[in-house]
Amino acid sequence: MAKQISVFLENKSGRLAHVTKVLGDAGINIRALSIADTSDFGILRLIVNDPVKAYRILKEEGFTASETEVIAVSMPDSPGGLAAVLDQMSEENLNIEYLYAFLGMKDNEALVVFKVEDIAKAKTSFNNKGIKFMEEQDLYQL
Amino acid sequence: MLYWDREKECMPREELQELQLRRLKETVYRVYSFVPAYRAKMDAVGVKPQDIKSLADLQYLPFLTKQDFRDNYPFGLLATPMRDVVRIQSSSGTTGKPTVAGYTRNDIETWAQLMARCLTSAGATRDSVIQITWGYGLFTGGLGGHYGAEKIGAAVLPASGGNTKRQVQLMHDYGVTMLGCTPSYALVIYEEFLNMGLDRSEFKFKSGIFGAEPWSENMRKEIESKWEIDAYDVYGMTELVGPGVAIDCDYKQGLHLAEDHFIAEIIDPDTGEVLPEGSHGELVITSLTKEALPIIRYRTRDLTSINYEKCDCGRTHGRIQKILGRSDDMLIIRGVNVFPSMVESILLQIPGIEPQYQLIVERKNNLDRLEVQVEVSDKVFSDEVRKMEELEATIHRELNSGLGIAVKVRLVEPKSIERSEGKAKRIIDNRQI
Repeated sequence: MAKQISVFLENKSGRLAHVTKVLGDAGINIRALSIADTSDFGILRLIVNDPVKAYRILKEEGFTASETEVIAVSMPDSPGGLAAVLDQMSEENLNIEYLYAFLGMKDNEALVVFKVEDIAKAKTSFNNKGIKFMEEQDLYQL
Repeated sequence: MLYWDREKECMPREELQELQLRRLKETVYRVYSFVPAYRAKMDAVGVKPQDIKSLADLQYLPFLTKQDFRDNYPFGLLATPMRDVVRIQSSSGTTGKPTVAGYTRNDIETWAQLMARCLTSAGATRDSVIQITWGYGLFTGGLGGHYGAEKIGAAVLPASGGNTKRQVQLMHDYGVTMLGCTPSYALVIYEEFLNMGLDRSEFKFKSGIFGAEPWSENMRKEIESKWEIDAYDVYGMTELVGPGVAIDCDYKQGLHLAEDHFIAEIIDPDTGEVLPEGSHGELVITSLTKEALPIIRYRTRDLTSINYEKCDCGRTHGRIQKILGRSDDMLIIRGVNVFPSMVESILLQIPGIEPQYQLIVERKNNLDRLEVQVEVSDKVFSDEVRKMEELEATIHRELNSGLGIAVKVRLVEPKSIERSEGKAKRIIDNRQI
């Protein structure tokens, strides 16, 4: 379980620079990120070391932002690591909205952030299948 | 030099003013007697029909505004019973209450006469073949042009709008000599003509009567040089009768306003005060011959000035300068009236959408394009692209059907819409009109 900060950005030069500067000035460290974009707008998704503060700072700066529950799965950092996890998720009928990889990683482990339709169901399934996922506090401290 | 009704169009001004005064008195008497809303307005300022003794007394009568049309929707301003009404037209807006106009049989005749005058001034004769591409329907353009053309005895092609390729083909095959349409559409048709690779010498196209949207002298020059025709500007609006209120003559030094049927005043839009002759301000129109929907001092919101000097064409009727601005926030996009308030009420019907929006108008390839920028609030924001695209599509669908024109929708960040002194700037009009 983890809190992702999602931010609405217009497709305009300087917007990403602005949001990252605002976070950097507030001492927020970005741990993972992805951007989904269309021709008009983008959605920036962030895992940071302090999501509560990051959200507050972004709101103060007038951004449209939200907190989203995501799940960070750890898997062997070797060929086929992600495929195995996706395969098991498929068996459990877990619908994935989107996923992206983590920037930092632990020794021999890769981390991938998943947004799933049903997070409680995902956790149960992961426990059944022996898939490891990060606890919130551990994730922010990485 | 062609006139449709030389006697009226070239009437000495003294005689014209006598005619105006007689007709004004009748009109005021009729509205006071038959339209409760007018009676209430006149009673409120303590003016009786018998107080109107000269044309100058007109200024003591209360104004009529678009709000009066809304308040008395649909038929509250009619001065005749419905059994005398033979036609109903209404404004193009599809949101809120449209402006409704009723016509008696005489009104339809007057309107046809007015349009016949305009078409004649633009070169039409019995020998003309006139293609009308203004929309036929509740909008006054199509039927107004049509009846005028038939009145002259010209052959009229009721093409209505759309299908540009067919429009070009009709012009070519049927030997069309004159076109009635929006000025921007004249240029769109031209582009299609070029695409089709037809030979201009096979066309009999000589002149065009253009209106229903603002257009500049530069645009006139562009239409005239590209098509090698004479382009005339026609003025009107649903509230007044439709097109036919004023028309250019060959000298193109302003539009002759049919002063035997209408009285024009220029006022200061802020104070409502009548301005001296030659001043620039808001055009206020009083009808003199309309039966079903007489209009006293209607605030058109169009900004112009009037020149009463006798024109070289011989007409004595005052000329209104080409209309290029408005004293309210109405936009005319491809002939359709759009108020920011209409956009606002449509947006507010979409759950979660806040009324933070901006209208950006551009003119590209001679067609006006409206982009509506809507701020994304926390309430509607989603981290999933699919949901945001659904939101964009919903706004797009609602605006297109509500406004009756195609718009582009763009989701923007909050506060990216310019606010001046806390008041949002709703319109950015980048058209070079």
